[in-house]
Amino acid sequence: MPRKIVERPQPIEYLSILDWTGKVDRKLEPDIPEETLKTIYRAMLFCRLFDERTLQLQRQGRIGTFAPIKGQEAAQVAAVVQLKPTDWFIPSFRETAAQIYRGLTPQDVWLFYAGYNEGVRVPDDKHDLPLCVPVASQCQHAVGIAYASKYKGTDEVTMVFHGDGATSEGDFHEAMNFAGVYQLPVIFVCQNNQWAISIPRERQTRSKTIAQKAIAYGFGGIQVDGNDPLAVYVAAREAIERARSESMPTLIECVTYRLGVHTTADDPKRYRRDEEVKEWEKKDPIPRFEKYLKAKGVMTDEDFAGLREEIRDELKRAWKETEAKIREFEAGSPDVIFDHIYAVEPPELAEQRAYFLERIKREGRPDA
Amino acid sequence: MPELTMVEALNLALKEKLAEDDRVVILGQDVGVDGGIFRVTLGLIEEFGPERVIDTPLAEAGIIGMAIGMCMNGLIPLPEMQFSGFSYTAFHQIENHVARYRWRTRGRFPMPMVIRMPYGAGVRAFELHSESREAYWAHTPGLKVVIPSTPRKARALLRAAIEDPDPVVFYEPKAIYRAFREEVPEEPETLPIGKAEVVREGSDITLMAYGAMMPRTLQAADMLAEEGVSAEVIDLMTVSPMDDETITASAKKTGRVVVVHEACRSFGPAAEIIARLNDKVFFHLEAPVARVTGYDMPPPFFAREQLFLPTPQRIADEARATLAL
Ligand SMILES: Cc1ncc(C[n+]2csc(CCOP(=O)(O)OP(=O)(O)O)c2C)c(N)n1
Repeated sequence: MPRKIVERPQPIEYLSILDWTGKVDRKLEPDIPEETLKTIYRAMLFCRLFDERTLQLQRQGRIGTFAPIKGQEAAQVAAVVQLKPTDWFIPSFRETAAQIYRGLTPQDVWLFYAGYNEGVRVPDDKHDLPLCVPVASQCQHAVGIAYASKYKGTDEVTMVFHGDGATSEGDFHEAMNFAGVYQLPVIFVCQNNQWAISIPRERQTRSKTIAQKAIAYGFGGIQVDGNDPLAVYVAAREAIERARSESMPTLIECVTYRLGVHTTADDPKRYRRDEEVKEWEKKDPIPRFEKYLKAKGVMTDEDFAGLREEIRDELKRAWKETEAKIREFEAGSPDVIFDHIYAVEPPELAEQRAYFLERIKREGRPDA
Repeated sequence: MPELTMVEALNLALKEKLAEDDRVVILGQDVGVDGGIFRVTLGLIEEFGPERVIDTPLAEAGIIGMAIGMCMNGLIPLPEMQFSGFSYTAFHQIENHVARYRWRTRGRFPMPMVIRMPYGAGVRAFELHSESREAYWAHTPGLKVVIPSTPRKARALLRAAIEDPDPVVFYEPKAIYRAFREEVPEEPETLPIGKAEVVREGSDITLMAYGAMMPRTLQAADMLAEEGVSAEVIDLMTVSPMDDETITASAKKTGRVVVVHEACRSFGPAAEIIARLNDKVFFHLEAPVARVTGYDMPPPFFAREQLFLPTPQRIADEARATLAL
């Protein structure tokens, strides 16, 4: 009598539609308008080239440490492409592709990475948060935002990104629990890129999947091939639908790979085998998507090449503008560092600002 | 005698203690195979194995909470927080448990752990990688807060912290992690926790600092020396509990004091020092005690972080103003 099965674990689905050789499962293939396919491709390519350029800038010492996205473009872009501008997008620190898709400019990103607070400005009409450095802490904010949307009766959906490492933090579990308890329209998108700095996925959690963690909190999770934009697109579509019409959370685990360094301050050779990287390079989402678009007759090799040139030019212009902005900031009064700490500056801070300006006048700008 | 950077000196102290005492274990994110993101634990997993140099999942509260249990059951854990800015995720474990367990078990469960964490601005890091919040920890009864300023001191203080029966927050000034080398003796060396050091004798004014502000304070003392001012310089080393004897003796001797730290000004360690000097040597002071500190703001992103940090010039100017009174 006292020993019985009270709950069987729910099965966890894995979804893959377009494999790395370019083969498509016709039964699962989503009907995506050609224009959207092109948009997704452009956003992915844009961020690949943006990433390469940013790495160059970092190596030249023009910007500081940053977290590259190479390899995770599909998992990011295909997840956010169906969000409305009024939906909420909450990144961790590695979602530059999704951030740029959502409308952040390369200039803003570069200004942030060049060490200017101005780079984290959020326009009043945006429902996007700036990148978030303390791992997993953003998950809780997503829950609060989603609660407010539900409370206000809007149909807004909240999508929050985090890594596989983040799933070990209490903040992640607390957020998942709240999302389940209050049945909130929030989607957790895990970028399972296999590594949290030097800790491999198997040493982060003994769970077989990350998706299954949702079950413990009373909602659904799905694992998808994160390098397959079609699979990510379908999983996101279903999750958005569930959030919007049923106000239910979902956890989407995108199985992907961080092809580059954790950040530019990291040396993966210490902990990761080159062969592993080579294996994953074969699964690169960009050539895979190119094969698909070509076979479908949506784009040609010339289109790809043309787009590459166009984006390179755009990035060149963007860096020029960024440099101009930096010159402008450097010429401006540095007491901008006192701005926005309080709504109304307290007297002692005003005093410090005056002292600061006085010092700068006397001492000039100190170097490192 | 080898010349080491502070990172190498810390590594040496850890290695020595792991070898000397098998109760000592290290745990934290990336401390094993990767050797820690600043390489402080480099090579230790190879030498002592993964049971003593433990790569943990990404969970600060988990790391500190586990360290608490390890203490209770006879180990001496040395948890690492990757940056002080991420220790707040474990704040409740440190504040509510690490600092209080000896007290609330009437001495039964002491917490002989050392929580290492890099702090401070000046390395062109990301947001939340540059804070200097020693006041949080110093404000917590039951904790000791130790901040080294040179490689040799780092090694000696870390050894002492590990041997200390109470929990120590060991705040590592990452701006000077690799800024210079210093001779570190082959034979194990310790420095007492809770003692400050007069690093330069002087008679006109006392400059007090610690950690990454020491080199800048010494530079300021050099600038003053060129003008014929004899500045005494004190390295606090242990911020809490504070060495009142050394700081009051020097204040009495010179009658003028400037306290330097990069932590925010309000409610910072300098405020505490000034209060103590008021209490104990007020009638020996010839001028109000001045402080040169960071401003009451989050450290600005790195393009402007040097504007936030006290400069030698600023320290010297405050000293001159104090001398003019
Ligand atoms: C609370 C907290 N602890 C530690 C860090 C340092 N840190 C930055 S990124 C990272 C690994 C994150 O791994 P994961 O969540 O898998 O994301 P990924 O970097 O792989 O995209 C760590 C430990 C941090 N930023 N925040």
